Amino acid sequence: MLEVKNILAGNQRAGARMIRLIEDNDPTVFGLLKELYPHVGHAFIIGITGSPGVGKSTLIDALISEFRKLDKKIAVIAVDPTSPFSGGAILGDRLRMQRHATDKRVFIRSMASRGQKGGLSRATKDASIVLDAMGYDIIIIETVGAGQADFDITTLAHSTGIISIPGTGDGIQAVKAGILETGDIFIVNKSDKPDADASVYELKMMISMRKPPNLKITRETGWTPRVLKTIAQNGTGVKELADTFLSHFDFMKKNNFVDQKRNAMETSYFNSLLQDLTLKKLLLLMKNSKEYKEVLQKIQEGSIDPLSAAEHITSKICIFENND
Amino acid sequence: METKNKIRILIAKPGLDGHDKGAKIVALALRDAGYEVIYSGLHQTLEQITQTATQEAVDIIGLSIMSGAHLPICEKLINMMKEQELNDVYLTVGGVIPYQDIPKLKEMGVAAVFPGGTSFEEITKGMNRLIER
Repeated sequence: MLEVKNILAGNQRAGARMIRLIEDNDPTVFGLLKELYPHVGHAFIIGITGSPGVGKSTLIDALISEFRKLDKKIAVIAVDPTSPFSGGAILGDRLRMQRHATDKRVFIRSMASRGQKGGLSRATKDASIVLDAMGYDIIIIETVGAGQADFDITTLAHSTGIISIPGTGDGIQAVKAGILETGDIFIVNKSDKPDADASVYELKMMISMRKPPNLKITRETGWTPRVLKTIAQNGTGVKELADTFLSHFDFMKKNNFVDQKRNAMETSYFNSLLQDLTLKKLLLLMKNSKEYKEVLQKIQEGSIDPLSAAEHITSKICIFENND
Repeated sequence: METKNKIRILIAKPGLDGHDKGAKIVALALRDAGYEVIYSGLHQTLEQITQTATQEAVDIIGLSIMSGAHLPICEKLINMMKEQELNDVYLTVGGVIPYQDIPKLKEMGVAAVFPGGTSFEEITKGMNRLIER
């Protein structure tokens, strides 16, 4: 039996089992999360995103080493894609981080996206609650190798690092809408490759041209996104990167932006829970209703089409008065 | 949306031998059978393997061993798994395993053995049987 006190004590076995229950949609999870929730809010959550093969996992491996020098407890959630064909997955991110596997103050958890779009899995948010409650100082979330429109990570992380590599495009790539509008720290990894300085230049130009809402955030916090060069494989630039993440967090704390961010995170968590629970509850109520069975019968007889049937059933929903 | 329970398996190569083609191919076959495969790579110590199995909350550990050291490795790992309270995790072994050693491995507590030449179908069937029972 899974006990909340073991999770709060930081027991890895208990935490790991809880995350497993979350992934498997176990009905006991909701109650357990409610017990853990008062204990969250300590951890600094870093999001690491970027296209496949830019070196996210290798860079996280090097970041773990830097943060461990500062005696921080580190947790990592590494998300890899689920096959749309078999439902299976190869979770290979931790392969790059295995030298930290026996460090008792490091917890690495691989996660399959299980059909979720946006770069994360449905379980990622709840898993970060477990890890925060376990007492980890820093939680690093590695997204699926991301495309231009996968930026769900920004709703989960205090600080988002976007990794790119030299030679992947010109200035117009850097000014497109989407993921590049969201980063707090930009990292040009594999910077021993040609054109690294050109990539840094393009990113800096993009940042200087940022428009609201990000400009507003920049004004409020005074934080201008940084652009850093790293070579994750040999650790070049990684200490500076770790320091920059920590200084971003300090900056957020000084400017009350951590509270603002927490409000935004809680609102988005609340909304997503509401969506899940409402859907579940309404569908159950509808499917148990007399009307549902009647309409289903009519569809099968051919006396009503599915569109009109769905419209008819949903027209019965009336819970809150619309005050407008 | 995928909600049904997946089987999670750790594929690891303990010790010194450097041939991971087999382990990778089995990982792919299991992915295609709907498994979530955590691949931890070459040269894993037994501490790394037990710690990874704990953190990843796997159902099965699949070792690939070609070094001939399967008997002492499995014996030691089973003891470590007990210490870590991984009582609900099945240990399975594949690779270069002489047939006369299979009963010894089973006696130690290895749940299934897949020696060289076992087909993918037999491997996934064997793994599925462990979870179903």
